[in-house]
Amino acid sequence: MASNEWPARLHVVTGKGGTGKTTVAAALALGLAAGGHRTLLVEVEGRQGIAQLFGTDPLPYAERRIAIPARGDGEVRALAVDPEEALLEYLEMFYRLGAAGRALRKIGAIDFATTIAPGLRDVLLTGKVKEATTRSSDGRRVYDAVVLDAPPTGRIGRFLNVTAETAKLAKMGPIKTQSEGVSSLLRSPMTSVHVVTLLEEMPVQESLDAIGELSGLGIPVGRIIVNGGRPPLLAAGKVTKTELKRGLAAAGLPTDAATVNGLHAEARAHLTRRELEESLRSELAELGRPMVALPLLAGGVDLEGLHELAGLLLSA
Amino acid sequence: MAADQTAPRLDVDALLADRATRIVVCCGAGGVGKTTTAAALGLRAAEQHGRRTVVLTIDPARRLAQSMGLTELDNTPRQVKGIDTEATGGELHAMMLDMKRTFDEVVQAHTSPQRAAEIFGNPFYQAMSSTFSGTQEYMAMEKLGQLRAGDEWDLIVVDTPPSRSALDFLDAPARLSRFLDGRMLRLLMAPARGGRSMFSLVTASFGIFSRAVQKILGAQLLTDLSGFVAALDSMFGGFRQRADETYRILQDPQTAFLLVAVPERDAVREAAYFAERLVAERMPLAGLVLNRTHETALPSVTPAQADAAAAALDAAGDQQTTADALRIHAALLRQIDREVRVAATFTEAFPDVPAVAVTAQPADVHDVDGLRTIGAALA
Repeated sequence: MASNEWPARLHVVTGKGGTGKTTVAAALALGLAAGGHRTLLVEVEGRQGIAQLFGTDPLPYAERRIAIPARGDGEVRALAVDPEEALLEYLEMFYRLGAAGRALRKIGAIDFATTIAPGLRDVLLTGKVKEATTRSSDGRRVYDAVVLDAPPTGRIGRFLNVTAETAKLAKMGPIKTQSEGVSSLLRSPMTSVHVVTLLEEMPVQESLDAIGELSGLGIPVGRIIVNGGRPPLLAAGKVTKTELKRGLAAAGLPTDAATVNGLHAEARAHLTRRELEESLRSELAELGRPMVALPLLAGGVDLEGLHELAGLLLSA
Repeated sequence: MAADQTAPRLDVDALLADRATRIVVCCGAGGVGKTTTAAALGLRAAEQHGRRTVVLTIDPARRLAQSMGLTELDNTPRQVKGIDTEATGGELHAMMLDMKRTFDEVVQAHTSPQRAAEIFGNPFYQAMSSTFSGTQEYMAMEKLGQLRAGDEWDLIVVDTPPSRSALDFLDAPARLSRFLDGRMLRLLMAPARGGRSMFSLVTASFGIFSRAVQKILGAQLLTDLSGFVAALDSMFGGFRQRADETYRILQDPQTAFLLVAVPERDAVREAAYFAERLVAERMPLAGLVLNRTHETALPSVTPAQADAAAAALDAAGDQQTTADALRIHAALLRQIDREVRVAATFTEAFPDVPAVAVTAQPADVHDVDGLRTIGAALA
């Protein structure tokens, strides 16, 4: 196991769009690689979010080293899974199609198959993730952990349960077998789905919905990762113009009405915002699941920031 | 206001007041406030410009939906009560897209009741109408086509689905067409047309392929699939025609695309990508709505001054509140600075696209008053 605190081997990271799930997934892959481990960071939506995050060229359909942890040996490899490539690879692996595989693509069969067969696309994507998670070489697992930058909360249930959808259609045959294999991995303790959220209403609501949905599907939910936290300021929870005027004078700044009122308005807005955040935090806490708070990175996310987040995740 | 510095200002009121504007499509990345923007535009069009407006939402937040009186996904426009249209005589209606029901309607409209029943019973249809990637996008466009064809509305405001990519709804009709024209489909059609399986007809070189398909998909699945395809066959012309018509309406000047973004790198990148596509497809791009920007009430004190003053107060030790307030101010100014820089990446790429910024609200919007405030900020 890569970490006692993060015991799963497959970490699925979801969250509403804009909550930073790609960043968190990358940081987790980095953190789990620390101390001589090898992890794989996977994306499945064709967004090339990992390449953008690390400032590299678009990722090919191949597992390439993308980063190394801040301390010790270890490496993070990255993979962008493309459903068409995954299907061809799958066919090659099980049927040794060779030229026929290329013919399949030429004739539009691959496009067809990934378009018409609902869930086939997703089962190919999750199937590839499963393959990487369970792959071994010389009796040793190739990856200590696989981190999946998964579809957002609105679609995560369907994405992970799509094997059930496929199973309805394919009553027998390799696709069904494949689906069942993926399905049992996703429902086993080897898997953990982490939900990234900001302390804003929509992301929190979607996180609550997704956690409910995943629990209903029997898919293990891991941590709630509260991203974008700010340092606690104005702990007393109130601010008056009189004390601001005094403080401004002490700091040698102007104490005219415009300055005092401006600063007061901004401080009040901050307090309003924080009250809302606190009530959202307690809504999440009521779920009784482990929560991790990550700070908003002031300078935006760069490699240094990712290492910082990785450290925070692993020490949490 | 971040985007206004270089870009021309988007005149939302002129757009909504113009009787020639019949469709407004709000598009952008997930989580940027598309639905709220669409609802606010609809409300303003009804209240201020007296237009009979319908807002088509795809997946609204529960409380926002409730604020418009939408309590269930029933695929029918419902009039929004409690709005102020006395002066203008406008109306606001809202509906949530029911993907499956819309698909059912399309099927019913294009085929006989008997065929429709066959299609509805096929496991492929059941799965496709609820999970086919692209179905939601396609059905949103289908619904838009229906609403427009009825000519019952002065203005239709569409909120696009929270897709993997904001472009999916543009691509869905084309993808469907490609799918319908595909050789693969014609091959699968063979058993229905010729009464024999495609697999007995194919040449030897094709044999490897067909064996592979049968092996992988299984015979039952193939039977279901070819049954489904055969049943759909009669409707394909209609499907295609509708998809093409909707595409033409989207290109027409009666439509206005509004890109919705927030001043964050990913959202702005997505908006720029979308703008490129709209230009390439000759779709009428009306402008950019930049949601959740910030503004300062104290422009005269710079972040460096505020930080230095806060540090000095910390050292003195008795003005914690002011020190904190100054740090909040410094962080706010830095955030505004970041937002301006991010927004500038869009305006540099598209200097002629008008933009409007909407200041972040203290809390999420979930009532008509909140929508009215957003509408006023937009206009």
